[in-house]
Amino acid sequence: MLQLQGIELALPNGNGGNNNGLSPVLRGIDLTLEEGKFYAITGPNGGGKTSLARLIMGIYRPTAGHIFWRGEEITGLSITERAQRGIGYAFQQPPRFKGLRVRDLLELAAREQPSDPNGSLLRRLCHSLRSVGLCPEDYLEREVDASLSGGEAKRLEVATLLLRKVQLVIYDEPESGVDLWSFDQLLRVILERHRRGGMTTAVITHHEQVLLQADEIILIAEGEVKARGPRAEMWPLITDRARCRWRRSCEEENDEAGCTR
Amino acid sequence: MKLDALDKRLLETIADLHGVPAGAFNIRRNGQAVERRSTANIEIRSKEDKPGIDVLIRPGTRNESVHIPVILAASGMTDVVYNTFEIGEDSDVLIVAGCGIHNPGEAEARHDGIHEFFVRRGARVRYVEKHYGEGPGPGARILNPQTIVHVEEGAEMILETVQIRGVDDTQRVTSARVASRGRLFMTERLLTHGTQRAISDVTVELIGEEASAEVISRSVAQDESEQLFRPRLIATAPARGHVACDSIIMDRARISSVPEISARHPEAELTHEAAIGKIAGDQLIKLMTLGLTEKEAIETILRGFLR
Ligand SMILES: Nc1ncnc2c1ncn2[C@@H]1O[C@H](COP(=O)(O)OP(=O)(O)OP(=O)(O)O)[C@@H](O)[C@H]1O
Ligand SMILES: [Mg+2]
Repeated sequence: MLQLQGIELALPNGNGGNNNGLSPVLRGIDLTLEEGKFYAITGPNGGGKTSLARLIMGIYRPTAGHIFWRGEEITGLSITERAQRGIGYAFQQPPRFKGLRVRDLLELAAREQPSDPNGSLLRRLCHSLRSVGLCPEDYLEREVDASLSGGEAKRLEVATLLLRKVQLVIYDEPESGVDLWSFDQLLRVILERHRRGGMTTAVITHHEQVLLQADEIILIAEGEVKARGPRAEMWPLITDRARCRWRRSCEEENDEAGCTR
Repeated sequence: MKLDALDKRLLETIADLHGVPAGAFNIRRNGQAVERRSTANIEIRSKEDKPGIDVLIRPGTRNESVHIPVILAASGMTDVVYNTFEIGEDSDVLIVAGCGIHNPGEAEARHDGIHEFFVRRGARVRYVEKHYGEGPGPGARILNPQTIVHVEEGAEMILETVQIRGVDDTQRVTSARVASRGRLFMTERLLTHGTQRAISDVTVELIGEEASAEVISRSVAQDESEQLFRPRLIATAPARGHVACDSIIMDRARISSVPEISARHPEAELTHEAAIGKIAGDQLIKLMTLGLTEKEAIETILRGFLR
């Protein structure tokens, strides 16, 4: 079980004058993710979904609050320590590396998980690539640099997570950049992995198809958890545009930047 | 003279050699040739007027290799060697050089290798040179290689140099002239640390029609080490060339990259790029999310970058 208690997060806003240059990004987050459930996290752009995931992974440190994972407080633990405790995160924008090959990255991801005796490491790497629709013969030796397309990089990111030994995994918009024809397969792989691994899965998404698979949906906006609950309960709220009051409008009347002056 | 365990380890590091190589070879240790083999197509002979060897590769020789490693395992020694390579027309060969220094003492150990290559018409050669230094004492490990290359019409030279750790002072001078339809690919990989200093001066002249050259350096400077790159590309003909210097800077190191391109023909096309920066934070974070420690993540990124 993952528990967030009273989480506040402020990040540098590049505007030194305001609040010591920090902007509140997450506010008063109390949230529990239960073992074995499949969660969808959704909400408007800039609402704080990625920040929440990065906070769970240890990439950001909260300005207040506590995080517990399986009974242990992990608030002060590093990214590495959290990874070693079975927490995984697939980046919204996977970084690129000069010189690192796809196989190098996959090997790093696979190293915690002992190979089963009749399957070689290479077999596992190839299998993970194939399951996200990348042919090993085309990709294994390629560099994870800027030459990969956006969709290719996103799929590789999922393949990397498939190889890891994780009990909590957060995918950040796995659908983004992935073509229409491949997305079904990618979602199927994520679901299969979830069921087989018996892990806790959270998918940050704007995609109806993913939301429809979730046990529970968590709605995040303006840095807060606005609503959460079983899919059936949440569905009317999510699909009713009029009720999404937190979608900030940018009408000319509230022109704070002075564009029309 | 027999090779001992230390020699064998150095040979492995600089030339990936496990035992005696296949094909032609010449092993030089502390200023003397200790073992040599010529083959039907590749003749190695000592120079008569100065220290060093002539390597003569018969025209049309294909898929053969020459290993010419140098080991320096003594303090207070300066080894100067002149090697000349005659790569016959239409041949296609691999030459692996390299220098491993193990300096056991206080005084400096120094190797200055002056290598000249004549890559004859239509020939193709890949030349790999690895440098490595070690030693328990304060004695400096110094390497000053000088490489002179003549790429004749339609010939091709691939020149790869690698120096990862251990060499205290290097001043590398490379000059090449590339004739028409000739091609030169040069890659330089370098990692310095401690108070090491490395300077690399490269001058490539493209003197014939459709000659081309690519000069690429990838380097990492750690601790208080210093690096200076001065690649110059000059075209006096309708030729093409590109220079790229890409460096990662760490700690209190200093790096200067000064690429220069100079055209003396209206149809010449020359480009350059140079970048110096630290390891990207998101790369580190990504690897740490896979369970690597920060130190392991840094090593992984550097190893990839210098591969
Ligand atoms: N590193 C950062 N430094 C400063 N501000 C940040 C940083 N990362 C995010 N923010 C800000 O925090 C807020 C939340 O961003 P976040 O990326 O968490 O949103 P999101 O819900 O994932 O949005 P999207 O749906 O567009 O991915 C935004 O206003 C964003 O500009
Ligand atoms: Mg996001």
